[in-house]
Amino acid sequence: MNLNATLFAQLVVFFILAWFTMKFVWPPIMKALDERASKIADGLAAADKAKSDLVLAERRATDELRKARESSNELRAGAERQGAQILDEARAEAARIIAAARTAAEGEAEVAAQRAKEALRDQVALLAVAGAEQILRKEIDAGKHADLLNQLKAEL
Amino acid sequence: MATAHAPTASEYIVHHLSFLTNKKQEGLVDWSVFHLDTLFFSIGLGLLAVFVLARLASRATSGVPGRFQAAVEIVIEMVADQAKGIVHSPESRKFVAPLALTVFVWIFLMNAMDLIPVDLLPMLGQAIGINYLRVVPTADLNATLGMSAAVLLLCLYYSVKIKGLGHWMHELFTAPFGNHPVLWPINFAMQMIEFVAKTVSHGMRLFGNMYAGELIFMLIALMGAAWAGTFGSGLLWIGHIIAGTIWAIFHILIITLQAFIFMMLTLVYVGQAHESH
Repeated sequence: MNLNATLFAQLVVFFILAWFTMKFVWPPIMKALDERASKIADGLAAADKAKSDLVLAERRATDELRKARESSNELRAGAERQGAQILDEARAEAARIIAAARTAAEGEAEVAAQRAKEALRDQVALLAVAGAEQILRKEIDAGKHADLLNQLKAEL
Repeated sequence: MATAHAPTASEYIVHHLSFLTNKKQEGLVDWSVFHLDTLFFSIGLGLLAVFVLARLASRATSGVPGRFQAAVEIVIEMVADQAKGIVHSPESRKFVAPLALTVFVWIFLMNAMDLIPVDLLPMLGQAIGINYLRVVPTADLNATLGMSAAVLLLCLYYSVKIKGLGHWMHELFTAPFGNHPVLWPINFAMQMIEFVAKTVSHGMRLFGNMYAGELIFMLIALMGAAWAGTFGSGLLWIGHIIAGTIWAIFHILIITLQAFIFMMLTLVYVGQAHESH
């Protein structure tokens, strides 16, 4: 094998290329790599934080939900109670009204019956007088026997 | 191949193993000679690598990366991790880690030239009047030893910088066997042997692998070139396809592995320069 000046040329080129790489290749790529590494680290940290935030939010949501359910239950119980009370009152009122109406109607009916009886009595008396007139046309004088007729009317 | 008749097997191999030089090499070592093809491809690939990487780096996003950026990031993270594990000085890593990245990418690209069909570029070269062309710079001992010598210089520089010249000199004479006047020359000799062995084996390992790989591609190409219309040569031609496929697939592993090994050893040697005995 022949040794010659190619060796020194290669040696010099070697250092020039290495210097060039050190100056223009290595630092930007390393910088990019480091930046990406820190970005990824930040991203992972953010993801962890988001996860814990999510857990907190879920817990809070559950709490709120439970509270809402409790208050709605309370509300419903109150409303039911109130409803039942109103219903009871209404029922009592209705019963009272019905009773009053019934007594009024009964009173009215009694009065009406009384009046009808009176009318009937009058008419029976008239009928009886008319009948008696027919039968006793001549001998019976309505004026004479008025006392008798009134007595009969009272007996009816 | 420039000759009128078809080249013999040995002519073909010798031709493919000849560099494009500025002048003829005299003897084993001749400092006035340059391998123009090695320089062209290694500098070209090196510039290609660093400019593509720099272009990517200038528009690198810290958001969602594109596929190419992600791929480069994988390589860079791999290199950065290795550098962090081996070189413990953050200050030194500022230069050594990018250097390791350069080494890995550059050597990978130079090795990958082996996967281009062996005759393709040399033949294109001949078409424009270049008679010799070796396209794999890492199959040139000068290139690999040049890089390993650079690593040696780096080791010496960091030895002095980290330990101080006095302490390092002290270490050269007292490690590994101990501080005793009789042991000083032995220690020093051992240290010198260690430096030379490290550097030579560092360069030779890469060179040997790529040279052997290239040579095997040439031998496989010779099988296909034996085609002459006969049954036997037909078998050889099929052998070329099968062996070429297998060797190319295997070579994908080798080129990556060798680039990785060279990078790792660079880091290890620089790391050793930081450690006191």
